[in-house]
Amino acid sequence: MENKAAQNDAAAKQYIVVRFGSEQYGINIKYVDNIVRMQPITRVPKAQPYFVGVINLRGEIIPVMSLRKKFGIEDDIFTNATRIIIVKPEQQATVGFIVDSVKEVVTLEEAQIEKNNISVDSDGQSHISAVGKNNGELISILNIHSVLSDKELV
Amino acid sequence: MDVSQYLEIFVEETREHLQSLNEHLLILEKEPENKDTINEIFRAAHSLKGMAGTMGYKRMQNLTHNMESVFSEIRNDKMKVTSELVDTLFQCLDALEAYLDNIVNTQDEGDDDNQPIIKLLNDFLNGNTDKASDTVPEAKTDTSVSSKEAPGAAGFSEVKFADFERHAIIEAGKKNLKVYGINVHIDPNCILKAARAFLVFKSLEEMGEIIKSIPSTQDIEDEKFDFDFSMFIISSEPLDKIISAVGNVSEIRGVTGEEIVIKDDEAEGGETGRAASSDNESASKENVKAPAAQSKSSGKPVVNRSVRVDIEKLDVLMNLVSELIIAKNGLVAFNAAEQVQHSQGFNEQIEYLERVTTNLHESVMNVRMVPIENVVSRFPRMIRDLSKKLNKKMELYMSGEDTELDRTVIDEIGDPLMHLLRNSADHGLESPEVRKSLGKPETGSIFLDAYQDGNNVVIEVRDDGAGIDVDKVRNKAIEKGTITPEQAEVMTDKEIIELLFRPSFSTAEKITDVSGRGVGLDVVKSKIEALGGDVECHSIKGEGSTFTIRLPLTLAIIQALMVRIGKEQYAISLGSIQTVEDIPVGDIKYVQGREVITLRGTVIPLIRLGELLEVPDVEPDAENLTVVIIKKGDKQAGLVVDSLIGQMEIVIKSLGKYININKMISGATILGDGDVALIIDANAIV
Repeated sequence: MENKAAQNDAAAKQYIVVRFGSEQYGINIKYVDNIVRMQPITRVPKAQPYFVGVINLRGEIIPVMSLRKKFGIEDDIFTNATRIIIVKPEQQATVGFIVDSVKEVVTLEEAQIEKNNISVDSDGQSHISAVGKNNGELISILNIHSVLSDKELV
Repeated sequence: MDVSQYLEIFVEETREHLQSLNEHLLILEKEPENKDTINEIFRAAHSLKGMAGTMGYKRMQNLTHNMESVFSEIRNDKMKVTSELVDTLFQCLDALEAYLDNIVNTQDEGDDDNQPIIKLLNDFLNGNTDKASDTVPEAKTDTSVSSKEAPGAAGFSEVKFADFERHAIIEAGKKNLKVYGINVHIDPNCILKAARAFLVFKSLEEMGEIIKSIPSTQDIEDEKFDFDFSMFIISSEPLDKIISAVGNVSEIRGVTGEEIVIKDDEAEGGETGRAASSDNESASKENVKAPAAQSKSSGKPVVNRSVRVDIEKLDVLMNLVSELIIAKNGLVAFNAAEQVQHSQGFNEQIEYLERVTTNLHESVMNVRMVPIENVVSRFPRMIRDLSKKLNKKMELYMSGEDTELDRTVIDEIGDPLMHLLRNSADHGLESPEVRKSLGKPETGSIFLDAYQDGNNVVIEVRDDGAGIDVDKVRNKAIEKGTITPEQAEVMTDKEIIELLFRPSFSTAEKITDVSGRGVGLDVVKSKIEALGGDVECHSIKGEGSTFTIRLPLTLAIIQALMVRIGKEQYAISLGSIQTVEDIPVGDIKYVQGREVITLRGTVIPLIRLGELLEVPDVEPDAENLTVVIIKKGDKQAGLVVDSLIGQMEIVIKSLGKYININKMISGATILGDGDVALIIDANAIV
């Protein structure tokens, strides 16, 4: 099922390109509910380490995760460009990703997307489902479901 | 005729009738001669048949028809009630329930004819006629049938009035108002009798005040009457005007009425409290009992009007109230923050708003409250079946069925309770032989008690069986590797008993189909905890066990104490807080390396919330610690916090699906300034 989702991701057209660490990542636009500025985050004790806490988005409590921490990059530095991408992978389940900045929305043809076969772990899963090429730049396309699973990338 | 629009009503009412049949069959088994019960059963079966027929459910109609024939024989004393017969009748009810489930799911009754059951019923009927011809068929004329029906026009004189009713009649007489007794006959072809009755009530209410009805308004609303009912009304209008008003309601076949006078002196000295009728003294032997419900109504005999509302609509309303409360909290916070000289009026308006939102919240909550009766009413039947299956004699005693709980809790609590009852029946109670040898009564008792305790509702399942064998549990736990022998040494009996709530831990030596598959108490526990409650067990070997379930009264909005730890704010439900104390640091003592305090003679463990929640920058100990004493059942603990912020009405929100939260955190809430505060679940900490 995970693979099927990944294929759908690859076949889809539009991606929001975000930056964190030194790389660019693409998030399929169909999952994105909203993009908000950084705001006060309430820490949740004893949650997974990459969950920074929860925020209040118009009366709804949304857990926020640091993609940097999830990917094992150094800690976030919050700037004016820092954004929280509100992602809704399924009905009734919302989550926020902290990213360094949001760059643009790109449309990728199927020909521009290369199925990733580099960093697949033992279960054949990866947080990256494919790599897109756009104007000579590489965009790693996030596999949302894998990012949200509890597994850590070693 | 298109009846699909009645489907919902049909389903609801069929459920009610089935439930009533279940209850009365149980009574009938114990008191086979109870005429009232037989009549009640007959009536319910008859209504079911009629309803099923109207809706075009032929199989259902056929089955109920056969049942009705049996009841009719019983009613006419041509047939004796035996245990086998009751068994068969219960099978019929199960079959009817299966039909109903099919109807709910597919709008179709399914194609099971249930021939075997019908054949059984017919065997009873035939076997009976054979026997009946042997014995003298003493068909008594059925006078008792009418005993529960409403009195005829002539029977008003026999009606007993409760004190307050009599008082109202006398008062009316002083004010020159007239009191009338009205008897209404509804057309036998009427589909929705209760609706017609409601229209009658409505038209009567326009003319005056209804002080009494026979049967009670509740029974009328539930359609627990044949085709006629009586009402007593205080009005200034003449009798014929009232009668014609009632007569205008369609599907009413006839209306009769007469004026009722109570003499003052009779009323003052009178303890019998009879309404003396003017002239129409008839020799009717009707003995109308004031329905039990009547005595409960507290001098305000108004018609209970109710509407069935989809729970989802209520959820929407509830959410809106939550939003309103958050908005109100925002205003309060804004007001507090801007310490500027606001005009007096602003403060007043905020207080007003606060009052309105609190009341609104309470009423919406009340709408969602359902008596626990809806769940527990099916248990007597279950216990009866278990009794047969397990070959043990047992009796279920229930109390507090009118205790109310939130609808969402009611929907979920059934299974855990059923589990506990099955447990008591299967594991708890001993076999009759063993009980006898122990000098206990052969029939085991299971108690189900519900009552309200502060902000909680407590449900207890108790039995007088063998109790839990702590040593057996301990050995089993060691054998299963749940605990080490060393651990077992130091564990108290109570802690051992708690092991039973761990997943896949069943000590039943043999697996029965009642219980003992190892998926038992842990499911009960997790389900109850999901509802925000908890479950405890006390047991005395040889005397029985008690399972105590504690549930919060409301789910979505609670009163909470806001506390500060470091720079963070947390909410603690007021329901679990006992007191708040100022404890000098010097008073802290140590027991097994843990901090405790002694408070009014009790030793209470201290919990540093800051450490537990890994809060950064906790303030260093001042001279005095602020300690919030919380309790769960009979256990207490003191939570050390930095400071108190105050009491607040908070809306509980979930933290979403992806974040793993510790059990200590039961949710989050949005504060007036838009910040999020986490709610601490005291039950998980103690």
